[in-house]
Amino acid sequence: MTVTFEDAITRYDPVLGIEVHVELGTRTKMFDDAPSPAGGTEPEGANELVTPVSLGLPGALPVVNGAAVEHAIRIGLALGCQIAETCRFARKNYFYPDIPKNFQTSQYDEPIAFDGHLDVELSDGTVVRVEIERAHMEEDAGKNTHVGGADGRIHGASHSLVDYNRAGVPLVEIVTKPITGVGERAPEVARAYVQTLRDIFRALGVSEARMERGNVRADINVSLRPSPDAPLGTRTETKNVNSFRSIERAVRFEVARQAEVLDGGGTVVQETRHFHEDTGTTSPGRVKSDAEDYRYFPEPDLVPIAPSREWVEEIRASLPELPAARRRRLQAEWGYADAEMRDVVNAGALDLIEATVAAGASPAAARKWWMGELARTAKAQEVALEELPVTPAAIGELQALVDSGRINDKLARQVLEGVLAGEGSPEEVVTARGLEIVSDDGPLLEVIDATLAAQPDIAEKIRGGNLGPMGVIIGAVMKATRGQADAGRVRELVMERVQG
Amino acid sequence: MSDLTRLTAAELATALTAGEVSSVEVTQAHLDRIAAVDGDVHAFLNVDAEGALGEAAAVDAARAAGEKLHPLAGVPVAVKDVVVTKGQVTTAGSKILEGWVPPYDATLVTRLRQARMPILGKTNMDEFAMGSSTEHSAYGPTRNPWDLDRIPGGSGGGSAAAVAAYEAPLAIGTDTGGSIRQPAAVTGTVGVKPTYGSVSRYGLIALASSLDQAGPCTRTVLDAGLLHDVIGGHDPRDSTSLPEPAPSYADAARQGAAGDLQGLRVGVVNELGGEGYDPGVRDAFQKALDTMVAAGADVVEVSCPSFSAALAAYYLILPSEASSNLAKFDGMRYGLRVEPSEGPVTAERVMAATRGAGFGDEVKRRIILGTYALSAGYYDAYYGSAQKVRTLIQRDFAAAFEQADVLVSPTTPTTAFPLGSKLEDPLAMYLNDVATIPANLAGVPGLSLPSGLSDDGLPAGIQILAPARQDARLYAVGAALEALLLQQWGGPLLAHAPELAVAR
Repeated sequence: MTVTFEDAITRYDPVLGIEVHVELGTRTKMFDDAPSPAGGTEPEGANELVTPVSLGLPGALPVVNGAAVEHAIRIGLALGCQIAETCRFARKNYFYPDIPKNFQTSQYDEPIAFDGHLDVELSDGTVVRVEIERAHMEEDAGKNTHVGGADGRIHGASHSLVDYNRAGVPLVEIVTKPITGVGERAPEVARAYVQTLRDIFRALGVSEARMERGNVRADINVSLRPSPDAPLGTRTETKNVNSFRSIERAVRFEVARQAEVLDGGGTVVQETRHFHEDTGTTSPGRVKSDAEDYRYFPEPDLVPIAPSREWVEEIRASLPELPAARRRRLQAEWGYADAEMRDVVNAGALDLIEATVAAGASPAAARKWWMGELARTAKAQEVALEELPVTPAAIGELQALVDSGRINDKLARQVLEGVLAGEGSPEEVVTARGLEIVSDDGPLLEVIDATLAAQPDIAEKIRGGNLGPMGVIIGAVMKATRGQADAGRVRELVMERVQG
Repeated sequence: MSDLTRLTAAELATALTAGEVSSVEVTQAHLDRIAAVDGDVHAFLNVDAEGALGEAAAVDAARAAGEKLHPLAGVPVAVKDVVVTKGQVTTAGSKILEGWVPPYDATLVTRLRQARMPILGKTNMDEFAMGSSTEHSAYGPTRNPWDLDRIPGGSGGGSAAAVAAYEAPLAIGTDTGGSIRQPAAVTGTVGVKPTYGSVSRYGLIALASSLDQAGPCTRTVLDAGLLHDVIGGHDPRDSTSLPEPAPSYADAARQGAAGDLQGLRVGVVNELGGEGYDPGVRDAFQKALDTMVAAGADVVEVSCPSFSAALAAYYLILPSEASSNLAKFDGMRYGLRVEPSEGPVTAERVMAATRGAGFGDEVKRRIILGTYALSAGYYDAYYGSAQKVRTLIQRDFAAAFEQADVLVSPTTPTTAFPLGSKLEDPLAMYLNDVATIPANLAGVPGLSLPSGLSDDGLPAGIQILAPARQDARLYAVGAALEALLLQQWGGPLLAHAPELAVAR
C-alpha cells in the first residue's frame, strides 16, 4: 500500500461508526439458568456451562434474565439514553454452527435504550461528544475451533469443534450514530470512545470489561468522503477489534486503504472485514453468495419487556458516580493542574492516589510518590503501577513518617525500597533497618567531634569564620550516620563545637 | 374387575384409591390392549412397558405404605411424541429426530411424573405436528378405530386414537390449529385446547410458538378436567405461561355434570358451520344445540366476520414461526446427520443434506412458505398483515363474548375421511381446521366433545369456546352437554364404534 494515513487524511474526511459489545457479568446467561462464563464461573472444559436452553435443544424455551435487563438499563442511563417503556426481542435467523438454534435472540427495531451520548476526552483534554443511537440486548454465540488447517482458520481445516459455554452469555450492543468532524483524530477518537465505555462498564459494575478476555469487543465502521459537506461514503465494518491499540491501527489502516481505492477511481465495497493483529491490516470477511436477509420477526417465546418508570428511576438513583464526573471532582478537591491531572489519569494512578489520600497523605504528596519514585520503579520493572507490591495504605503510612519528622525524604526512599522488597510495612522497615533520624545530640556530638578531629584543617577554617567547607563536615557526619541525622541540627552542633 | 381399559380415568382413580385394583393391573391391562390392537391402529410410536410398570409398582407400594398420593396416581397416560420425555425416544414424528433421547423432561411431563402417572409411551403424529390426518408421520399413519381405512385426525391422531381404542385412558395432545380438537371430533372423544399460557410449553417441540398449546385427550369431559389440573399452572420456564393460579377444572366438570344450562347464553358463530360443512355434521351439531336449549340455554347468533381470513392468516403465521423453530434441526448437535454424497463436507452442506433427507414434504412446504413470508420486502405484506388479522379476530371474539357466555360450532366440517384422499391436495387438508384455528389465533380455550353420529355412521364433534382464562366454563358447559347427550344416547358414543380385531 502506498497511501499513508497521514496522506489520506489530507484529501478525505473520515466518518466512524462504532458498535461495542459488552458481556454482562450476570451470574447466569441471558435466557437461561446456566452459569455464565462472563459472570465468574470458569468452565473446566468445553460445553460444561450449558442447559437444554443454551444448547437450543428441541422444546427448550428462553426466559429473560432480569439482572441482565437491569444491567442494560444501567448502561443506557449512564449513556444518557431514553429507556423504552416497552420493547421486544426478535429472532435474527441465520445458519451457523456456533448459534445453537440457528437464530440469535436479539433486539431489532425495539432496543431497550436509545438516543444518548457520551463525552469522550482525548489525551490533550479535547472533549468529543459521540452520539449514541441505541443500546440493545442480545445473546452471545458459542465458539468454533477449526482443526487441521493453518492458524486455526476454517480454510483447510479437517473438522471444527464447537463450544457452547459462551452461547447465551448476555450482551449489550451499543451503536453510535455516525461520528463526523474528527478528521485526523479519528483513530484516537475511536480508541478513546471504547476506552471511556470500558471505564463506564467497570464503574457501573455491569462487566469486568476485560478486553483481553473478549468481555468488550468493538466493530469499527469507517467510510471516507471527499469533504465534510459531501454525502457519506460507502463503509466497511471491521469486526472484533479487541484491544485499544488495535482499534487505532484498524482505523488508520482502513482510512489509508479506502483512500487508495478511491484514489485509483475504484469504489469501496460495503463488506465485513477482519483485523490482523500481526500485520495491522484488514482483509475481507466471508463473502456470502446471497444478500444477507436475517428474516427478523418478534420472538414469540418471550413476552415484551416493560420496565416500569419507578424501576428505571430507582436504577437511575442508584447509579454510581461516572468516571468523568469523578475525575472532575477529584481534580477540584486535590487542586491539581489540568496537565497534572491528565498525567495521573494516563498513568492509571487515579485510584491509587485517591486511596493514598484516603490513607492520610496530602494530594501533593500522594501524587509525588505515585508519579515519581513509584512510576520510575514500575517503568524499570515493566509493570503497571497497581502491580507494584505496595499498597496505597503503605504509602500513606510512609508519608506520615515523613510528616512527623521521624524520617526525611532520603530515608523515606530507603524505607520504600524496603517495602517494595517485601520487608514489611514502612514502620517495620524503619525499625528493622534502623533508619530513624537520630534526634539525640549525644551520639551525634560524638560523631561530630570525631569528624572535626579527623579533619583539623577544615575545623580550623570554620573556626576562623570561613563557613565554606561546612558542607564537607556535615556531609561526612551524615554519611557516618547513614543519613539518619537531621542536617540542620548537625550544622548547629558543629557551630557550637567550633565556637565553644 | 372386568375390562379395566373401558373405565374412565375418574373411575380408575376411584378404584385405585379404594384399593380395588392395583396400578400394575391397570397399567398391564392397557399394555395388553396396546399389544392387541396397536398393530392395526398404530397410535404409538414407542411403548415403554418397563418404565410404566415400574412406576405402577412404585405407586402400588407407596399406596400400601400409606403414602398420600395424587388422585390420579397410578392411572396411566400416553404422551404425544412432540413432548420431550427424559430417557425416552422423542421424534415429533420426524426422521430427523429418529432415535433422539432427550436429556430432560417437558414441564408437563414432570408434572405427570410428580402425580405419579405411569407413561405408557409416545403417540404418533403428523411430522412436527404439521397436518390434520397423521398421514404426515414419518413412521406411517395412525388409523381411526371407527374405521381403519380412515384418518384419525391430526396432528394428534395417535393420542386421540389411543384413547378411542381404549389403549390409554388419558393422553396428552398439542393444539396449534386444532390438533387436539379435530382428532377428538373424528374419533368420538374429548379434547381440550386450553387458554394459551395455561399449560407450560417448556419441552414441547415448537411448531408455532405463539399458537402451540398442550392439553388433554380423553373419553370424558371430567377426565379432561382431571388431566388439565395435573399439567396446568404457572411455569417460570415458559415466559408466556399465565402467572395466576387456576381453579380446578375437574371441579368445574363435576359441577356442570348436573346438566343445568339455565340462562347460559350460547353463541352460534355464523361464519362456522354453513357452506363446506357436511349435512350430517351440521345435523349432529344442531341436535346437540337443541339439547342445550332444552336444558335452558339461550341461543344467540353471533357474527365474527374476520374469521373468514383466519385460515389465510394462520398459514402465514404458522409457517413463519415454524421456519425459524425448525432451523435448529441441522445435523450439528443431535438427531439425523447426513453428509453430502459428493463434493466437500462443509457445515452448510451437511446442514442442507441433513434437512433435505430428514424433513418430509409437508414440513419442507411450510418451511419454504415461512421463509418466504419473513423475507425482506415481504414481511409487511405477509407476516405483518397476518398479525393484523389476528388482532381483528381477537376483537371479533371480544365482541362475541359480550353477547354470549360460550360460542359453539361444529368442530370439523366433515367426519373422518379415507386415508390418502386429501394427501395430494394440501388446501383441502388445511380446510379441516377452519373452525378450530380462530381459537389459536386469539389464544382462547376450546373444547370438542362428541355431538353424535353423522349420516355416515361416523362421529362428529361440537366445539365450545370460552373467553381466555375461562377454561372452567368450558368444562362446566361441556360436562353438562355430555351428560345430557349420554342420557339421550343411553351411553357413550364410543359404544357405537366397532370392536377392533384383537391380535393374538
